[in-house]
Amino acid sequence: MTDAYFLPAAIVAHAPALLVAVPLILSTVAAAIPSGRAAWGLAFVSAMVALLCAIELFLGTRGEYAIISYAMGGWEPPYGIEFRIDGLNAALLLLLSSTGLLALLFALPSVADEIDKRKQSLFYAAFLLCFAGLSGVAATGDAFNLFVFLEISSIGTYAIIAMGHQNDRRALTASFNYLVMGTIGATFFVIGIGFLYMATGTLNMADIAQTIAAQPGNRVVEVGFAFILVGVGLKAALFPLHLWLPNAYAFAPNFVTTFLAATATKVAFYVIIRFSFDVFSIDSGFVQNTLTYVVTPLAISGMIVASLQALFQSDARRLLAYSSVAQVGYMLLGLGMATAAGVAAGSLHLLNHALMKGALFMALGAFAYCYGVRRIDDLKGLGQAMPFTSAAFTIGALSLIGVPFTAGFVSKFYLIQAALDNDWWWAVVAILAASVLAVFYCYRMLVTIWVNPAPTEGLLPNGHIRKVPLLITVPLWVLALANLYFGTNAGFMVDMAQTAAQAAINGGVS
Amino acid sequence: MADTLSFLSGFNPAFALIVGGLITLALPNHAARKAIMIAAPILGLVAWFAVSEPGIYGLVELGPLTLETFRFDNLSRVWALVFLIASFLNGIYSIHDRSRWSDAASLVYAGSAVGAVFAGDLITLFFFWELTALASAPLIFAVGGAVSRRAGLRYLALQVLSGVLLLGGAALWYGQTGSWSFGGLGETSVFDLSGPAGWMLLAGIGIKAAFPLMHMWLPDAYPKASAFGAVVLSAFTTKMAIYALARGFAGEEILITIGLVMAVFPVFYAIVSNDLRQTLAYALINQLGFMTVAVGVGSELALNGAAANAFVGVLYMALFFMVMGAVLKRTGTVKATELGGLFKSMPISGLFAVIAGASVIGVPLFSGFVAKTLILSAVHYEHLTIAYFVLIFASAGVMELTALKVPYFAFFGEDRGHRVAEASTGQLVAMGITAFLCLYVGVNYQALYDLLPFATDYKPYKLESVVGQLQIVGAGLLAFALLLWMKLFPLKADRTVIDADWIYRYFGDAVARWGTAMARIVVQWSEGLLGAGFQGLGRKLHNLFSPGGTLSRDFPSGLMALWTAILLAGVLLVAYFSPA
Repeated sequence: MTDAYFLPAAIVAHAPALLVAVPLILSTVAAAIPSGRAAWGLAFVSAMVALLCAIELFLGTRGEYAIISYAMGGWEPPYGIEFRIDGLNAALLLLLSSTGLLALLFALPSVADEIDKRKQSLFYAAFLLCFAGLSGVAATGDAFNLFVFLEISSIGTYAIIAMGHQNDRRALTASFNYLVMGTIGATFFVIGIGFLYMATGTLNMADIAQTIAAQPGNRVVEVGFAFILVGVGLKAALFPLHLWLPNAYAFAPNFVTTFLAATATKVAFYVIIRFSFDVFSIDSGFVQNTLTYVVTPLAISGMIVASLQALFQSDARRLLAYSSVAQVGYMLLGLGMATAAGVAAGSLHLLNHALMKGALFMALGAFAYCYGVRRIDDLKGLGQAMPFTSAAFTIGALSLIGVPFTAGFVSKFYLIQAALDNDWWWAVVAILAASVLAVFYCYRMLVTIWVNPAPTEGLLPNGHIRKVPLLITVPLWVLALANLYFGTNAGFMVDMAQTAAQAAINGGVS
Repeated sequence: MADTLSFLSGFNPAFALIVGGLITLALPNHAARKAIMIAAPILGLVAWFAVSEPGIYGLVELGPLTLETFRFDNLSRVWALVFLIASFLNGIYSIHDRSRWSDAASLVYAGSAVGAVFAGDLITLFFFWELTALASAPLIFAVGGAVSRRAGLRYLALQVLSGVLLLGGAALWYGQTGSWSFGGLGETSVFDLSGPAGWMLLAGIGIKAAFPLMHMWLPDAYPKASAFGAVVLSAFTTKMAIYALARGFAGEEILITIGLVMAVFPVFYAIVSNDLRQTLAYALINQLGFMTVAVGVGSELALNGAAANAFVGVLYMALFFMVMGAVLKRTGTVKATELGGLFKSMPISGLFAVIAGASVIGVPLFSGFVAKTLILSAVHYEHLTIAYFVLIFASAGVMELTALKVPYFAFFGEDRGHRVAEASTGQLVAMGITAFLCLYVGVNYQALYDLLPFATDYKPYKLESVVGQLQIVGAGLLAFALLLWMKLFPLKADRTVIDADWIYRYFGDAVARWGTAMARIVVQWSEGLLGAGFQGLGRKLHNLFSPGGTLSRDFPSGLMALWTAILLAGVLLVAYFSPA
């Protein structure tokens, strides 16, 4: 255990558990109280606690190969459940809790607007389940426990997506589709875990890794890997398993989209990295070949096809959702390179993408809140009606394109460099092509926003127009400025991503 | 001066313009916008003067890269200064214009041109290079209507292509040398043409410099811009490209040939073109040819000549376009066959047109003279006899024909009965300042020579130069009179000048249409095929999973389950055939 940095040592000793336990427990409380505002307060407190713990853990893992291992309930691993934090998931936890906190600020006005008053506390309870589940997935070092948390987060997610934007009935079908798909994914995952258990007799991930290393060429292990990759790939919206994502993002409440876009696929992506590198060994032929011949082509087709699909959308959030699928392609491409530079670039893009999509979806949420608009055509003239929100949206869009001086440029730059290191010039071509497509779909939105006179009335019932609440403006601009800041001072993010990649590559053997 | 302004030292003037442009975009108030249109270039000029000594400022850390955003050296400062002056003049000229888009675009465009000139590395250069393309396009779109929209799109496509080539070349160059640098302080001939990188960079720059067969965007787009738009466009893009050539390829001999072709071929087009602004566009290409030749010669004197020509060229072409813009505003046309006799209505503008013409021709005491003799002398000193005579011909032919044709048909010639008001005050002030500068530089040439990249004690007013130049002027006048006498001027009918641009206007357009149509068919066809394939399997699941059919256009879950299975099979196969 490392030293405490700013929290009391007694709390720090249990930080990995608190990170998950606090939201989990408070979700039951939130479900029991009737007031939506009080429930929001609970959610906010738990996100705050999670953030503090995450910062503490993050600082604790900065050292060389520093790993924080926490035995749940005092049962020592490999028999008990282990929470295991290293540079890779510490970065993810930090991202998860900080974007969660920012999204929650945005949630107060947005959720009050979109969700029925009587359901708000239940909504926050479901959100906390989802949040706890995602944190659990990121923190745990136990394969079966990971499955449990994956399911916890999924169940919470299904519920909050189904709530729908302004009671949109289509959210029900979107959520149901996601439920079916997510369940298939989780089933595949647990089947994979079953195979691994068969082959190794253990569920602790580090333990599995050691046992697998001792039995090369075991077909059972390979089958387990296939099931796990496909199962989690579905959750990560690996093309072509992304079909659940556009509708889920487009019809969910704005807050949910913002939160999920910044976190959910990221956690699944983390699981893929963790399993490919640490549980299985990247040196084994089947992992390497799968990454090269399956993941990479899919990543590239995802980048291109989803960007093309984004181009033809009429709903702004659907457009961004397809763009998210394309961005997952970028990350997976980094992973597919199977090098430290590639994984670092992928992880960097993961972090940056959370910043840009967080800002973009939040700005769309603000548009929806003030003018009730959702279609791209309805964004007309909002640049004049809501200049500050539109400016933040623009920053996010520029970052998404990868314009220099924004965060998006940095990660694409590293990605291209990693591809060049591998001599994958065709990957560079694909990255540039997808970026050009991104220029087009962002241009479409930006032009609609800026090149029209301000609308005289909104699309809310009786043409009402509302002002942007401070609770939306502040987190929105935090994210937008973060895009600019990390675009020019990339050091912190790059360090984080490189430490993460290093942790992923070292993790398996320790 | 530099001491009192030291707090501004190292502040890149480009940012003053770009930020000013972004502010004007958001400002609804006309007066406030115009104030910024004038204040931003002034701030930029102050920042320019505040730099006490050459150096590399404005370093930006971008991950592993260090960008040099502000390299102030002997070469870049000339171009930056004239761009800032032009931007200031544009601000005055447009003072009565009410287009917010043009205002913002002109400032951002000027700012990005300044930024490109100050760029010390290829990434920064590319960034500003593309920004000039994006920011200048609204100046053409602002006119409205299908003609300008399509011309604007053609323009934008070529300009963006230029940036892409530049980036591609830069990446290859990086691969070749391991450096993104665009030369150090005062360094010229950074690149060479030994590998594909150099050629690609040259092609990228060549598009913007209007190299032959890459020039078609220029006479296509400039005449279709708004009155103000054409003034702005004429100043920056092409001169920026000449700067990049001087920085990157000074002394490459192929540039001499290219430049000579550019100097000569516009003669035919300049004669037949009925649109006077198009005539000016061809004259612009001719001048770019002069500068390209100078860059190709590459001696200190020649580079001085290129810089001096760029400097005065920005001014007198701006003056010409300003006058024609005023004429367009008042009469609604710039066609040679529809104008004439305007001198009675617009005497001051007419005077300015004559001054611009005299500057272009290079009449002694006008700015064109002191700049052009530098190039002619440089070519002469290098004993490039053929080139020298071709340039003489180009001076007499192209330069003069256009420079005489434009004022003659607009202000003199047959009176077509236009009785209009004189140009507006703002326009007159802007034209007046520009005309003054044209004269001032011609008389007090040392002020210009002190700015040039290399110290020089060149004296333009030598007997043989003056007499030689007067002979050229006389020959040109004779040719012009001859054409008038033979009634080749003015053309009776309005005609579209078919230049090399048919390649993309007709052929490219057709290819694009055909491609779109084919793509649509392929998409429909494949959709139908996929739909039929999955119908049997999908229908049951689909009915089950999407009650009400609201998602009927979306994919059924069953399809995705199938994908999952296919992917699993794929991974298993790969894993099966992999070595342990």
